[in-house]
Amino acid sequence: MTEHLLSITLFLPLAGMLLLLLIPNSQTRAIRLWSLAVSLAALAVSLVSLARFSNSASGFQMVERAPWIPTLGVQYALGIDGISLLLMLLTTVICPIAFLASWNVTQKVKAFHALFLLIETATLGVFLSLDGFLFYLFFDLVLIPMYFVIALWGGPKRLYAALKFFLYTLCGSVLMLLGLIGLYFAHIRQFGYPSFEIAELMKLTLPLATQQWIFWALFAGFAIKIPMFPFHTWLPDAHVEAPTAGSVVLAGLLLKLGTYGFLRFSLPLVPHASSDLTIVRILLTLSIIGILYGALVSLMQREWKRLIAYSSVSHMGFCTLGIFALNPIGIAGSLLQQVNHGISTALLFLLAGMMYERRGAREISAYGGVASSMPRFAFIFGVAVFSSAGLPLLNGFVGEFAILQGAFQVGRTWAAFGVVGLVLAAAYLLWLYQRTMLGPITHNENRNLPDLNARETLVLLPLVALAFAIGLYPKPLFDIVQKPVAELVERVHSK
Amino acid sequence: MSYTAQDNFALTPEILLVLFGCALLFASRRWVLPLLFTGLLCTGAVLWRQYAWLDQNRVADLTAFSGAFTVDRFALFFDALFLATTALVAAVSKPVLRRDFPEYTAMLLFAQCGMFLIGGGADLVTIFLGLELMSLSFYILVGFTREDRRSNEGALKFLILGAFSSGLVAYGFSLLYAIAGSTRLSAIASSLATRDPHDSLLILALATTGAGILFKIAAVPFHMWAPDAYEGAPIPVAAYLSVASTAAAMALLIRLFTGPLAPARAVWEPLLGIVALATLTLGNLAAIAQSNMKRLLGYSSISHAGYLLLGLVAGNRTGIKGISVYLLTYIFMTVGAFTIVLTLKREGASAENVSDLDGLAKSHPWNAFLMLVFLLSLAGLPPTAGFLGKYFVLQALVETGHYALAAAGTLYVIVALYYYFRMVRAMFMMQPSGAVVVESTWSVRVALAVSGALTLAIGLYPEPFLRFAESSVAR
Repeated sequence: MTEHLLSITLFLPLAGMLLLLLIPNSQTRAIRLWSLAVSLAALAVSLVSLARFSNSASGFQMVERAPWIPTLGVQYALGIDGISLLLMLLTTVICPIAFLASWNVTQKVKAFHALFLLIETATLGVFLSLDGFLFYLFFDLVLIPMYFVIALWGGPKRLYAALKFFLYTLCGSVLMLLGLIGLYFAHIRQFGYPSFEIAELMKLTLPLATQQWIFWALFAGFAIKIPMFPFHTWLPDAHVEAPTAGSVVLAGLLLKLGTYGFLRFSLPLVPHASSDLTIVRILLTLSIIGILYGALVSLMQREWKRLIAYSSVSHMGFCTLGIFALNPIGIAGSLLQQVNHGISTALLFLLAGMMYERRGAREISAYGGVASSMPRFAFIFGVAVFSSAGLPLLNGFVGEFAILQGAFQVGRTWAAFGVVGLVLAAAYLLWLYQRTMLGPITHNENRNLPDLNARETLVLLPLVALAFAIGLYPKPLFDIVQKPVAELVERVHSK
Repeated sequence: MSYTAQDNFALTPEILLVLFGCALLFASRRWVLPLLFTGLLCTGAVLWRQYAWLDQNRVADLTAFSGAFTVDRFALFFDALFLATTALVAAVSKPVLRRDFPEYTAMLLFAQCGMFLIGGGADLVTIFLGLELMSLSFYILVGFTREDRRSNEGALKFLILGAFSSGLVAYGFSLLYAIAGSTRLSAIASSLATRDPHDSLLILALATTGAGILFKIAAVPFHMWAPDAYEGAPIPVAAYLSVASTAAAMALLIRLFTGPLAPARAVWEPLLGIVALATLTLGNLAAIAQSNMKRLLGYSSISHAGYLLLGLVAGNRTGIKGISVYLLTYIFMTVGAFTIVLTLKREGASAENVSDLDGLAKSHPWNAFLMLVFLLSLAGLPPTAGFLGKYFVLQALVETGHYALAAAGTLYVIVALYYYFRMVRAMFMMQPSGAVVVESTWSVRVALAVSGALTLAIGLYPEPFLRFAESSVAR
């Protein structure tokens, strides 16, 4: 039993989904409780993995292997290191919260929950796979349920947004597949047998030119997923049109598939291309543009959810900035920022969704002075805003600070631009807070808005607690990622 | 030359098909399906015996008629594909064919017999006979609903252009005979091996033969007949045409182009690359604008022909295996998708517009789910079977250094997804209009269940199917 911990975590949601299909459509309460229970069970199992995880061991832990398609050399191989552990935990934490936040979904309840359980399995699969083929499979599998979530439960422009999301990200992932096939053949040529396993592919020694084209093929998949500037245009539509839980999972989890891809595939498998000066400069520049562009566009937004969506472009820019600083502090900071972005953006989208359910208006101008009618909401919203803006003592600060340190080591200019991004982030977030929460009540509809109820508070509290916990004592997270990040950096820089 | 026991053994499947086909002509409507499936089962059993015989005697092929016909693993693989297709198509045909059902099934078997001859042909004459038997049966099948104007139009276009293409093939074959002095493929192979590939006579032979066969898979620029034929044909025939006829022509292309014509690769590879790319482009772009699902699936099958040709352009072991895998998966998803269309009825007539799918998810969730699986598979998304076929073709292209073709092939997946998802959108996001009803019989349900189950199973656990496809390459 214990040696299959990862498989259990991975397939719990899928098994839960299949059983869910047996519950009659009318039993909505049972459907909700069952999905919540399944996702909590997955969380529990992933916490057991955390307990068994050793921070000092090198390489992958709890590895499981079974032949799957031997003629292709494809294995069912799972395993975790600190990087995937962190993202696995983020997934299992966010998913129950997404279910709890969807209590008010009344249309096609069963399908909604089934799709989310499928998304959870697919996302976990991406983070746990040690085989490139398996990774690709899960990477694509995420898209199908997410398409339906946006297209069936989304806002007015949902069909357009869902298809754009699907086609755009699929375009990236098929190009990524070409890159993986390139690695696969290089492996056959050098070692004489086929394999997609990451550990096997890491043994390759490839000329720089080959590494470069493979890097760009992989880049297409990951950069669109993150999304990096200029591939971000699918994101605002998808995030704005998606239902609340959809936005939470999209921003909180799915964007991390891209950054994870860089860390798991690009950097270790094509290290020379990843540390190639031109490529690094291009990537850093794109990150900086993403940070500043995302922030400036956020400043201009009139819609609540759209602002948060663009802020993601900016914050994910920090993640890639940290990764391509290619030093331990930068990459560790990036990983922390990925977790923190998951927490703070989930909070922001949840709060926006709750407000939207009450008021039905997305424009920021429809609000103002809400703090006086909804004090609890205003408090938690404040925490979310400060966490996202990177205020010290809250989670956002730690990651961004580490990223800036990493960027500073590469060049002061990069760090300087990053700081500008931070200032802008504080500006658009605080301005959002000011326009919606503070001052006198400008619209009569806002006068009698009910404050957060017990369920909503329960949805938000775990994230608020995590925001404070990571902000005050981030050391455990740094400890988890320290070893794999050190090995990764060493691999990239050993020529 | 005498008719030996070995000749008899090699030709038993074809003999069985013809005998059962003739018997079907006299059967009453009730007994058609039992008789037909008995025939297919017997044929399948003989194919199995032949396969076992090859393994037992550890030989590559069983040759008959002093080398004019051969039963090797490649032929047996394709025979199995044809058999499966015929079984599925026959199972879903009954509700569509209100009359003359026995004659219709007989035609299916005759067409299949033609495909068997193509698959096992080792002589230009045998191949041509097979090609004509298949085509003639198809002309009749496409025009089978003779009171329907579109069916007549489609059949006539198909007949005229088809006859023209047969003429091209015959001309090409005669030129090959002129060059080699023999119609045996083995003799042609040894004669061409010593010849300059840029010889103008050879190029002419290549071009005419190639064009004639490419016509059968509706490759650009020989695709003109396809959309009209698909639209006019009864839906099961459209599925049969899309799958079986393509598979047979691909088998022939592989047999000729990687066999006797392999020495002239330098000549045909770039040409075929251009044709493949044009086929992909036209099939995918034209499909976007279609509102009739039969036409849409017709254009999509043109684009699939493009992928199959890309496998031949790569032309190595992976590529040929890729074509085998592609066709293996293609049968189930295509027949499945056409079958879903076939069940839709509006006031008793078939409902063929994309908008007729509106709200299917609400009224018939299982049908909608299966259609989703078929469409995802046609688009080539994991974890469905269609992904594997495209995967192998791409792998072969990367392996042989055709990076640009590989990139084009991958990017057209996005376009394909766009038009397939118009149907998904209709099924899941639209409200049912109420005018369209779903009619299905138990045999249709069984065919759908089998196609759906295999489309998912091949995607999730491909190993046994890949081994089966691998056997086709082991020559």
